[in-house]
Amino acid sequence: MSTWEEEKIHDGGIYESSLDTIDGSIATLNLGPTHPATHGIFQNVLKVDGEKILSSEQTIGYIHRAFEKIAERRPYYQLTTLTDRLNYCSSPINNIGYLMTVEKLIGIEIPKRAQYMRVIIMELARISDHLVCNAVIGVDTGALTGFTYLFQQREKIYDLFEEVCGARLTTNIGRIGGFERDFSPAFHEKLKAFLKDFPTVFNEFDTLLSRNRIFMDRTRGAGPISAERALEYSFTGPNLRAAGVDYDVRVMEPYCSYEDFDFDVPVGTTGDTYDRFQVRQEEIRQSLRIIHQAYDKLPEGDYKADVPEFYLPPKEEVYNNMEALIFHFKIVMGETPIPVGEVYHCVEGGNGELGFYLISDGGRSPYRLQYRRPCFIYYQAYPEMITGSSISDAVLTLSSMNVIAGELDA
Amino acid sequence: MERKLTNDLVIERIKGQFGSDILSVETPYDLITMEVSSNKMHEIVDWLKKDETLKIAFLTNLGGVHYPEQKGREFAIVYHLQSMMNNFRIRLKAYVPIENPEIDSLVDIYVGANWMERETYDFYGIIFKGHPNLTRILNEDSMDYFPMRKEYRLEDETREDKDDTFFGR
Repeated sequence: MSTWEEEKIHDGGIYESSLDTIDGSIATLNLGPTHPATHGIFQNVLKVDGEKILSSEQTIGYIHRAFEKIAERRPYYQLTTLTDRLNYCSSPINNIGYLMTVEKLIGIEIPKRAQYMRVIIMELARISDHLVCNAVIGVDTGALTGFTYLFQQREKIYDLFEEVCGARLTTNIGRIGGFERDFSPAFHEKLKAFLKDFPTVFNEFDTLLSRNRIFMDRTRGAGPISAERALEYSFTGPNLRAAGVDYDVRVMEPYCSYEDFDFDVPVGTTGDTYDRFQVRQEEIRQSLRIIHQAYDKLPEGDYKADVPEFYLPPKEEVYNNMEALIFHFKIVMGETPIPVGEVYHCVEGGNGELGFYLISDGGRSPYRLQYRRPCFIYYQAYPEMITGSSISDAVLTLSSMNVIAGELDA
Repeated sequence: MERKLTNDLVIERIKGQFGSDILSVETPYDLITMEVSSNKMHEIVDWLKKDETLKIAFLTNLGGVHYPEQKGREFAIVYHLQSMMNNFRIRLKAYVPIENPEIDSLVDIYVGANWMERETYDFYGIIFKGHPNLTRILNEDSMDYFPMRKEYRLEDETREDKDDTFFGR
């Protein structure tokens, strides 16, 4: 009997394995916290027998920044910057998700143009999120070319964000009630160029990996999870869809006029790394479809709702107009009355259902703001998914689950 | 997607089953919010999962809220559940006193509740009975307080270089 079997650990964090040992000796391996293969700061203590993983214990919280606590102290309009830093691969989705939560609480109706603009921005963010994930799966299988090639396109998406809000990674895009400014002429040009160039580059990337024999052999069957198990673990997003459940918040509970657009929800069957890769690839194509539709039908109108109590007036009006000055003062000082209530709103983030549970007591900052972070919830299935597989498969599983440390640790 | 269940139907069905354990029902922003007895939470969630009509079999979110001024019911534990088949959401709440903040763990019903409960314990000190490994998850293990409780202000109160009298920061 090996030492491992003697020290039975009955623990939710440690996953037990009844596999026979290969060479009889168990080694402990630290995967992380800082390791090039983990793509983020989190630790896995693996018990390995040769190359086989027998158990894994996760340690998270290395970049915990107390966002839920900070949210109880800051006024509503200052909280978007916190949401940037959750899933920083697709910050605009987090920003807009949060803003929509506050708008739902207050009861603001957003003009159609602003909604379509938000859809374009969110789908661009989804593309950039999935691009990073899929390119990194390539890197972890040894194909660096796709990664360097695709990152050029991700830069183009960041250029687009820059045109709208001035920032690239931590965007802080949008305001309560809409956007801070309309799409600039440069944005229109860059978006058109992107929509023209991107599919070519993306298809080249796709042909590089999708039907590549080596890549398929490497990823098929790596880190699978069944649909039943994924639901038990509260999976959402591409990881759940790869397991075969067609749950997508954009379809189930359309927000931001998603019901106006025609798109498909791709699903996999086995929930392994290859399926997750393919689901994300297809979602990128569907996102492009949505962007085309939204951009072609972009309605005329205002890019913001008419809510002077919550939307900061333009500076020149603040200096020359009494009312604007009062509203500016009230917003900055947090004097604007906010309804008392509790609201849950969710959007389809890059990794799944990104929810915001907001309780307001009428004060200038939320009484409680809880983020439903899809990464945090599905990462706990990781030990179960890698037990019995090899270390190299564990690395692939991790990158294909797209665990983002910022979202994991809040 | 269209909703197949209405709020009234769901409330009626749950009340028919659990009657006096449902302490109050509201529907803020069209989402059923039920306060239930804390000792019945496990049973209700289990029943919701197994019920053929409702099929509320997905745990969306779980978290705590601290209300220091409500004596005897300082902590709310809030569960968001949903039915993917019926496209329906529900929110359940249970209140527990700060002296004895205990509620049954849901890990045996939903494996995914594991970390969500650990996080709630980590930040509020709510004990989930029957949890296999109720330890801190995001904070450091040697921490001796529960930081999301309202008595812990965000900033160090001994600081004198910041005046919040007028601006509230």
